[in-house]
Amino acid sequence: MTLRTEPFVLNMGPVHPSTHGVFRMRVTLDGEVVVNLEPVFGYLHRGIEKLAEERTYTGIVPLTDRLDYVASMTNNLAYCLAVEKLAGIKVPERAEYLRVIMSELQRIAAHLISIGSFFNDCGAYFTPFLYMFRERERIVDLLEMVSGQRLLYNYMRPGGVSQDIPEEFLPALKEALNQMPKYIDEYERLLKDNEILYARARGVGILPKEMAISIGASGPVLRGCGVKWDIRKVDPYSIYDRFEFDIPTGTQGDCYDRYRVRVEEMKQSLRIIEQAIKQIPAGSIRSDVPQLIRPPVGEAYAHLEAPTGELGFYLVSDGSIAPYRCHIRAPSLMNLTALRDMIVGWKVQDLILIFGSFAITMGEVDR
Amino acid sequence: MTTSLKAPEVVKQIQTRFPGAVTEVTDTALVVDSKSLVDVMSFLKDTAGLDFNYMTTVTAIDYFQYFEVVYNLVSMEHNHSLTVKTRVYGRDNPKLPSVVSLWRSADHQEREIYDLMGITFEGHPNMKRIVLWPEFRGHPQRKDYLK
Repeated sequence: MTLRTEPFVLNMGPVHPSTHGVFRMRVTLDGEVVVNLEPVFGYLHRGIEKLAEERTYTGIVPLTDRLDYVASMTNNLAYCLAVEKLAGIKVPERAEYLRVIMSELQRIAAHLISIGSFFNDCGAYFTPFLYMFRERERIVDLLEMVSGQRLLYNYMRPGGVSQDIPEEFLPALKEALNQMPKYIDEYERLLKDNEILYARARGVGILPKEMAISIGASGPVLRGCGVKWDIRKVDPYSIYDRFEFDIPTGTQGDCYDRYRVRVEEMKQSLRIIEQAIKQIPAGSIRSDVPQLIRPPVGEAYAHLEAPTGELGFYLVSDGSIAPYRCHIRAPSLMNLTALRDMIVGWKVQDLILIFGSFAITMGEVDR
Repeated sequence: MTTSLKAPEVVKQIQTRFPGAVTEVTDTALVVDSKSLVDVMSFLKDTAGLDFNYMTTVTAIDYFQYFEVVYNLVSMEHNHSLTVKTRVYGRDNPKLPSVVSLWRSADHQEREIYDLMGITFEGHPNMKRIVLWPEFRGHPQRKDYLK
């Protein structure tokens, strides 16, 4: 005798430990199997694009902190690049190096959170997470040293950075750089070839290459599918063309590949920082930029490789002190386009894992 | 380095296939008539040598007389980019054809434009609000929203 089953609707979130913020998935289940899924956005929508139209160009920098709040430095930088492109502002050499160092530190810190929470979603509840937080704490200490903040740094400015690094920063950074590879090896030993991780993440949540390109995926999600596409290489901004580093890619585009790409990227970031602190020159950290920037009438799109993917700012100027329009291309929002395709057919526990492997931040998705 | 294609050269190719579809050309961007939008876009996507397979951004700007919708296209194969614009006139229920059938990355972004700017994209599989709740009235990203 077969048992008659009926599909039922389950709301996961908006407040749920697996949703990484306030995100809701309306899931239709048949037993344990997901038969339909509808993402519901907007719980963290603050209208940052609208707010930006009422602020001066410099005054928008703190707003950008609040997009991907675990990667404020790269948000700041993406916005500053757009303003500099729009207004034709030059950036001093030393500031360029500081920007690169801070961005790469930020990438490591953000990836540590992504990987840690991915293992939370795997069911390794908070043990790997605490290991990751141990090192993230050191990076946050470094960033606090330069900016005075631990999460929302507000450090970059159009034309440079807000302040120079203190004397004790470089020795502390070098010490952290020496120890970091040892810690990454430790995670690898604990996690990389773990049989449970293999069983849970290998072959689960596959995103085909063509679909990834079509949905405009970027960052580790795209590279996990085997597409060698990194804005730092294909369209080098700031001074990334001066450093040697590789673009790690996955092969299958499953959850495991996305996790691997993040780990390998941390190693590459360490390489970039090592080169940067050898080359960093003395000099000024900000070019002469007026308090009220009035870019000429026009528009500019600038993008960079944020920890989650291609973060872009599209600014339109009408010649006044505030942008006429400020659009933010949020990588997390695009990465989520294929969520339904990837999850339907899998079970509830895989749903949590697949969603976790995107490592989204709701601040960026909803803006 | 991603090269941005010179729009006048791309326009020559488009003009032979779709005469009159391009209404305005600047150095880096071209403005397409909204009636031929999907034709021109699929031409840009499928023509060898252009191969715009990756659409990064869609956004809309409110210029009072019209809304301008800006598409940012990239070709991963040739590493070049192009900005395509289209305009829609009128503030009561403006409509544009959707490009979701060409690039799925337009899915969430067109919904966002509908939500915040109030432009309906015809042919979109799921044209409803994305960040605001369904009962919300008005489109806050419009310049005259508070007036």
